[in-house]
Amino acid sequence: MNDLIRAFENRKSSNKQIKIARTKSLVTSAKIDVPVGLYEKCPTCKEPVNTKTTIENNFICKNCGDHFRVRAIDRIKMTTDTGTFVEKGHGYITLNPLFQDGYEEKVAENKRKTGLDEAYVYGYCEINGMPCVIGVMDSYFLMGSMGSVVGEKVTKSFEYAMYKKLPIVIFTASGGARMQEGIFSLMQMAKTSQAVLRHAEMGLLYISVLTHPTTGGVTASFASLGDIILAEPNALIGFAGPRVIEQTINQLLPEGFQRSEFLEDKGFIDLVVHRNELKTTLGKLLMFHRRFQ
Amino acid sequence: MDILAKERKVRELESKILELGNDEITSKLRQEIERYKEEAMTHLTAWDRVLLARHQLRPVASEFISYLCDSFMEFHGDRNFRDDKSIIGGIGIINGTVVTIVAQQKGKTLDENLVRNFAMPHPEGYRKALRLMKQAEKFRRPIITLIDTPGAYPGLGAEERGQGEAIARNLLEMSNFTVPVIAVIIGEGGRGGALALGVANTVMMLENAIYSILTPEGYATILWKDATLASKAAEVMKVTSYDLEELGVIDQIIKEPLGGAHFNKMETFKNTKFAIVNELQELKQFTGIQLRDKRMEKYRNYGFFQRFNYDNLKGVKS
Repeated sequence: MNDLIRAFENRKSSNKQIKIARTKSLVTSAKIDVPVGLYEKCPTCKEPVNTKTTIENNFICKNCGDHFRVRAIDRIKMTTDTGTFVEKGHGYITLNPLFQDGYEEKVAENKRKTGLDEAYVYGYCEINGMPCVIGVMDSYFLMGSMGSVVGEKVTKSFEYAMYKKLPIVIFTASGGARMQEGIFSLMQMAKTSQAVLRHAEMGLLYISVLTHPTTGGVTASFASLGDIILAEPNALIGFAGPRVIEQTINQLLPEGFQRSEFLEDKGFIDLVVHRNELKTTLGKLLMFHRRFQ
Repeated sequence: MDILAKERKVRELESKILELGNDEITSKLRQEIERYKEEAMTHLTAWDRVLLARHQLRPVASEFISYLCDSFMEFHGDRNFRDDKSIIGGIGIINGTVVTIVAQQKGKTLDENLVRNFAMPHPEGYRKALRLMKQAEKFRRPIITLIDTPGAYPGLGAEERGQGEAIARNLLEMSNFTVPVIAVIIGEGGRGGALALGVANTVMMLENAIYSILTPEGYATILWKDATLASKAAEVMKVTSYDLEELGVIDQIIKEPLGGAHFNKMETFKNTKFAIVNELQELKQFTGIQLRDKRMEKYRNYGFFQRFNYDNLKGVKS
């Protein structure tokens, strides 16, 4: 714990630089590029939908109510109170531990495309006036896969919440562990799980919000360990991917299998929440868990 | 020529010697075979080790247990849904120390493998393991896990009953134990299914075992869209015991006899028992809290990345 405090004290002295980096990362990536043109075809109902209204409608299709995938930046914008988010944990550099061909280029390309360091962003924020730590995975960055840096940042976000004695809200969206980093990715599962444990030991709240898609190593670690687990409607959530299961059992999967409603039915999710009501729900939950003393 | 072809050749020669029956010639030929084995089986490729880890004759967990323990009592069921046969667990005595053993059990024959589900556990298997390990925590017994699985089972029922949650819960609870935990990877250590029993103070690995995030076939399919490149993938993925020791993921390698564990099972078991007994002795000196903290610290430090130090930027024109 002492190390942690020292580390944060060191960080305070370098606040200025962090702020510069923050504006850079947020401003350059603030452009919204899900629908490119004026009208975009909805992948579910195949109807053309107006881009502007979709964005105003929190990236939900006006026609069929399908929830599009959301970038981390937009997620933070639509969840937190305006102007309260301060990004933490900057400057991680993804390396190539197993010397895989083309991995560095892939990471560099994704960095350029998304304007993010890695597939996970965290920081301090307020939700309906309740202070908390928010962590968001970005599924546009290499499918939000969990490598060393993502694992480290997730752990750090829990440690930051412990240091500040704050509840933490994590939005997961991931294809699982990052294959290119091999065994190191696997170890991140254990690392993040024990971060949850240490956070919980301090009596702090952890809300995990599962969004489309949450599979593999992320489901099998911190995503499933929340005190309260919420999910967005019709999100794919599971341990093994649907294609793998189909190959294993040699038959087609039933409709709605591994979707959030299915998991709610089976008892693994507390609540399926529509995206428009997510902020209110989170604010309420945080309010419910205010300390008595 | 891969390791299996070499092995077939050795076996062929040995059976031919039996037919000959002449003492003088056979002893000479035996020496010749030993020499060939030495030559052919000392420097194995990663793919060779993958094949050995999946070898049909490779000793399975129950054989290890029956050698390791003086008396072993198996317990069943997760008190919730059913008994998963792919994970066995119970209490045994190793060299006078009472321990809880949890292991993933492969079958020897096809029929047995169907019962054991090819050592691919369902969620209830992991919950059974957790139940037994929590009992070990309560009664202050060291925990030993033997890992041998291609991965957790991907199926309808497994998903319905929360495979991800079961593994995650295991990872969380295993880091919280205040008794010594020793994990031994005896064959295949595949994916989260292996890690769910592998959060330990000491992770040991048999020489020809593998431990990976994905099967080499799966890796080749995902990254190169070609499952036939599996042997190349095994090389790239760093799955062998020596690679993993270098990366700091495992702590100790247990030697196997020449040609793999199945050539001389007794020697394998003896080496394994020796390593476990030694390690138990080593871990005895720590208190429960120390053990827990050490384990936490160990897993906290895994990861390969760099952090940009902003303080170094001072004085540098940005």
